Amino acid sequence: MVSDKPLLELKGVSKRFGAVQALTKVDFFSYPGQVMALVGDNGAGKSTLIKGIAGIYPFDEGEVYYDGKQVHIHSPKDCAALGIEIVYQDLALADNLDVVANMFLGRERVLPLWRLDEASMEKDCVKTLDSLSVTTLRSVRQPVASLSGGQRQAIAVAKAVMWNSQLVILDEPTAALGVAQTRQVLDLVRRLADKGLAVVLISHNLHDIFEVADRITVLRLGQKVREFDTKQTNQQEVVHAITAGQLEQVPGMVKS
Amino acid sequence: MSVENPTTAPESALLAGQAAQSPSEYLQGYLKRVTSGDLGSLPIILGLIIIAIVFQSQNQNFLTARNFVNLIVQMAGITTIAYGVVFVLLIGEIDLSIGYVSAVAAVTMTLLLREPGGWPWYAALGLALITVAIIGIVQGLIITSFQLPSFVVTLAGLLAWNGVVLIMIGGAGTVIIQDNVIIGIANYFLPPLWGWIVAAVFVGGYILFRIRQVIARRSQGLPTTPMLIVTVQSIGLAILAGIAVYVCNLDRGVPFVGIILLVFLVFFSFLATKTPFGRYVYAVGGNKEAARRAGISVQKIQVIVFMISSTMAGMGGIILASRLRSVDTAAGGGNLLLNAIAAAVIGGTSLFGGSGRVSSAILGALIIMSVENGMGLLGLSSGVKFVITGLVLLLAVLVDAISRRSRSQSGLA
Ligand SMILES: Nc1ncnc2c1ncn2[C@@H]1O[C@H](COP(=O)(O)OP(=O)(O)O)[C@@H](O)[C@H]1O
Ligand SMILES: [Mg+2]
Repeated sequence: MVSDKPLLELKGVSKRFGAVQALTKVDFFSYPGQVMALVGDNGAGKSTLIKGIAGIYPFDEGEVYYDGKQVHIHSPKDCAALGIEIVYQDLALADNLDVVANMFLGRERVLPLWRLDEASMEKDCVKTLDSLSVTTLRSVRQPVASLSGGQRQAIAVAKAVMWNSQLVILDEPTAALGVAQTRQVLDLVRRLADKGLAVVLISHNLHDIFEVADRITVLRLGQKVREFDTKQTNQQEVVHAITAGQLEQVPGMVKS
Repeated sequence: MSVENPTTAPESALLAGQAAQSPSEYLQGYLKRVTSGDLGSLPIILGLIIIAIVFQSQNQNFLTARNFVNLIVQMAGITTIAYGVVFVLLIGEIDLSIGYVSAVAAVTMTLLLREPGGWPWYAALGLALITVAIIGIVQGLIITSFQLPSFVVTLAGLLAWNGVVLIMIGGAGTVIIQDNVIIGIANYFLPPLWGWIVAAVFVGGYILFRIRQVIARRSQGLPTTPMLIVTVQSIGLAILAGIAVYVCNLDRGVPFVGIILLVFLVFFSFLATKTPFGRYVYAVGGNKEAARRAGISVQKIQVIVFMISSTMAGMGGIILASRLRSVDTAAGGGNLLLNAIAAAVIGGTSLFGGSGRVSSAILGALIIMSVENGMGLLGLSSGVKFVITGLVLLLAVLVDAISRRSRSQSGLA
């Protein structure tokens, strides 16, 4: 189900926080059925790029195209309405709410008289978690505060894929996980792409990236330095781009 | 497209873990929660028993029908204000203006009622409540638009509204309320039969709600509370309601204001736990950023909560004025503000946001007012009363902190 049209395309986006130029004229895209990895050193601007797409910190300049059409994302709601789901590095779960409440936060099902449809939400929450083999929870009615790091990450991923999303973005989803749980999340990432979703994966672990990603975009100091096809490169080349990357002569040009 | 739905695993591992609860398993689960520090309302109930024993042993008039009815009327004002406080605490903010905002509503209403040319009671009451609702909205907008601490903005409100009350009353000193409906709010008692009817409606409503909940969960194939437990809890509530009505009927009857407290309790509990709005209130208090990213308009929730807080303060002020049958320059002062906040906290609502229940308002107020009522019977000086009320608050916060710690140690926090 690999399409030749990008689902998401950013053209020359920039973002400034006061004196910090977090992103400078970055081009970026993501194809359906592919995992696009986004790598770069700490502070390279990866999270800022994601938050721009999410509408949390809208870009100062540049254009965003979704499914071929130009879009303007000003809030997380706009982003979700397009079919983009994001799993944040800082998990964005409310500790005091239970698993079901977190999975449906902001999109609760409502019955007449403005009542929450708890039973149907709980059922679909359980269904989704089962389908992702997240079975270590004692109960979906326990507060998220009582979960382990891996369980919390699993909830965050499950939350993103439960909606009919076309593009799932994961910001360092395995950073805090053990070996087995990392394995599970990577399998899940690959499965999402194989089902035809566009996936963007931010990670520091090149080993993980080479395992699941189809393409790799390298950011450095807020600029895009290279973009690789995973099959035609190796870890040394990518590390070099991350640490000492030169800008390509024609920004956005792809060598394939 | 999503990865789940079409192929539902017939046997969910998650559901299997929690399905098929028998009554004894349910009880074991409850005991486990309690022993691991999730005490719920137990400390309050224990506290009330201790209070009853201590004061009854000192003064035979404490546990009488007359005093029980008095207590309900005495606690009505701060309970009503405390309902609003619970919401403000849930979003992790504070509202120090509620004392004098309650007086603004009471004075506005009283002046509108004043003859000659007085307004009808519903118009006066309605305009008074709208006025304080707008005050809440304005304070909420100032806090959220300029990112100011609610502590400071509502402290300014405390001073300013105190001034407004003094200006409005002017030289009059005391303004008497002559409208019978308004006076009736805190001074009318239901005839015995009506007390029973109201109790039956409440208990019936509760049972209906529990049964509907079980049916809804069963229809989705989810584990349910065992019917035996639902039955026992319903009977328990029926007995409690029966005793309360019986005792009230031994004296003047069920106070009308007691019904008002119950209606608010049901309404705000519904709002907090059964509606998207309530869910967002807890989310904003638990993790503002998560709420924002979920697409919740955090500012809207905050402003509405400050509006609720002001409006309930106004309602409480009107109840207090009804009880006194007048307002004077002291309205909204004294320890009204601190008692209302203390009630919510003693009842178990956290000062740090995201945790608490609407019922904590009525439970905390019950503790505070029964201590105050008991000390009044013993004829203790105000100095002693304040010291003891302070100690009760400290004790409540300590119990909460200790149970929280044991909860986090057992991974339940
Ligand atoms: N909300 C913010 N306010 C100010 N500066 C920010 C903010 N978010 C990110 N930055 C700055 O932007 C740069 C890029 O940060 P970030 O996108 O988090 O990098 P990465 O995720 O690649 O580690 C950093 O210099 C960071 O300090
Ligand atoms: Mg980052």
